[in-house]
Amino acid sequence: MPDLHGFEDELLLGLWMTVRLALTALAIGLVLGLAGAAAMASSIAPARWIATAYTTIIRGIPELLVVLLIYFGASTVLMAVARPFGHTGYLELSPFIAGSLALGLTFGGYAAEVFRGAFQSVSPGQREAAQALGMGPVDIFFRIVLPQAWRLALPGLGNLFLVLMKDTALVSVIGLEEVMRKAQFAVGATKEPFTFYLAAAVIYLGLTVISMGILAVLERRANRGLPGMRVT
Amino acid sequence: MNIQVSLDVLPELLKGAWLTLQLLFISGFFGVLLAVPLAIARTSSLVLVRALPFAYIFFFRGTPLLVQLFLVYYGLSQFQVIQDSPILWPILREPYWCAIITFALHTAAYIAEILRGAIQAVPPGEIEAARALGMGRATTMGRIVLPRAARLALPAYGNELILMLKGSALASTITLLDLTGMARTVIARNYMPVETFLAAGLIYMTITFVLVRGLRWVEHRTSAHTRARPADVAGAGPGLPAPPRRGARD
Repeated sequence: MPDLHGFEDELLLGLWMTVRLALTALAIGLVLGLAGAAAMASSIAPARWIATAYTTIIRGIPELLVVLLIYFGASTVLMAVARPFGHTGYLELSPFIAGSLALGLTFGGYAAEVFRGAFQSVSPGQREAAQALGMGPVDIFFRIVLPQAWRLALPGLGNLFLVLMKDTALVSVIGLEEVMRKAQFAVGATKEPFTFYLAAAVIYLGLTVISMGILAVLERRANRGLPGMRVT
Repeated sequence: MNIQVSLDVLPELLKGAWLTLQLLFISGFFGVLLAVPLAIARTSSLVLVRALPFAYIFFFRGTPLLVQLFLVYYGLSQFQVIQDSPILWPILREPYWCAIITFALHTAAYIAEILRGAIQAVPPGEIEAARALGMGRATTMGRIVLPRAARLALPAYGNELILMLKGSALASTITLLDLTGMARTVIARNYMPVETFLAAGLIYMTITFVLVRGLRWVEHRTSAHTRARPADVAGAGPGLPAPPRRGARD
C-alpha cells in the first residue's frame, strides 16, 4: 500500500461525489432514454425526428465536448435570459448540475436505442391482451410492457452505466471535486502524480467491479421465473 | 446564436481536426498491432497465458481514459529513472506521444476483446479443414483463423473506432490542440462557447459519418463471397452463364 500522505479522506469525499454524480446522471439518462424510445415509436412524425436527431447528435460528438458545451453554453444562455430582467452579473450552472445533465444526455441518447430495441421485442399480443382486459395505456406500459422490456434492456443499460461511471472523470475538467479532481489536488500538494492517479484508477476499478456485481443481481432478478435463462 | 461566428472559426477548428485524425489513426494502428497478440494469448488454453491479457484488458476497460492519460503524461514523470532515460524521456515529455501511447494501449484492450470473440467464433470446421490439409498451428492461425476473425470483428471494430474518435477529445486535457483543444482555445479568445462548440461538434459528426460510410464500404468489399451473384439473382443475366450450383435444390 503506497503512502497517500493523508489524502485518503479527500479521495473518499471525491468517491462520494462521483457516486452521487453517476446516480443523478443515471436518473436523468433513464428518463431521457425512455422518452426518446417512446418518441421514436410515436405516430407523430416531428417527435420521431427530434428523437432521431437527439440520438444521432449525442452519439456523434465526444462526451467531453457535451460536458463543456453544457457548462459554458448554459451560462451564456442563462445570462441572455437574465438580462431583460435586469440581472447583468455572471451566471453559471454548478459543475454538478452541468455534469449530471451532460452525462445524463449522453446516457439517454444511447439508452433510447436500447429501450427501443427492447420495446420492439415485446410481442404486440401482450399489449392487446392487456387492452382486452380493460387496462389503460399507463397501466399497460408500467405493468405489462416495461417489466418484459426491462429484462431485455438491462444488459445494454448495464454496459452504458459502466461507461457513464468512467465518463464521470470528465466532469473534473469543469472543476467538480470528484475522484479525479481530488487526485489532482493531491498531486499538486505532493508532486506524486503516479501514486494518486493510480489510486484514482483503483477507485474506478472498484466502482466498476461493484457495479458489475449489482448488475448481475439485477439481471438474475429480472430473469426470474424464466426457465433456462441463465445470467452469465 | 450567431452562425457567422461558427463559420469564422471553422478554418482553425479544421486544423485541430487534422491533429484529431492523426491521433486516431496512429494510435489505432499501434492499437491493432498490440491487440492481435493479446487476443491470441487471451484464447490460449493455458491459464497463465490467459491471465496476463485478462489483467491488461480488465485494467484498461475498467478505468477512465482520462486517468490512463494522466498516468502516462503526468504519472510517469514521478520516476527519476524515466526522467533520466535518454530514450524514454524525449518521447514521454511530449503530450503528442503520450496521447498516442495512451490511446493505443486503451484501444488495444477493447480491440483484443472484440478479436477474442471473433477468434472464438471462427467455425471449428474451418480450423479442422486447415489441420486436415497439414497446416501447422501457426499457419492455421495466420492464414485461416486471423483473416476470418478480422472479417467477423469488422463491424464491432467500427464502433470502437468511433468511440476512440470521441475519446481523442481528451487529448485537449494535456494541452494538445486537437479539435476540442482548438475549440477551447478559440473560446478563450472570442467568448462564444455555444457557436464554437457546435461548430466543433459538427466536424466530429462529419468525421463520424465519413468513418461509418468508409467502414460500411470495407464491409461490403470483404463480404462479396456471402452475397448472391448477379447471375443467381436475375436468372441468366448478361455475361457469363451461371455456373452450376452445388447442392442447390431447385
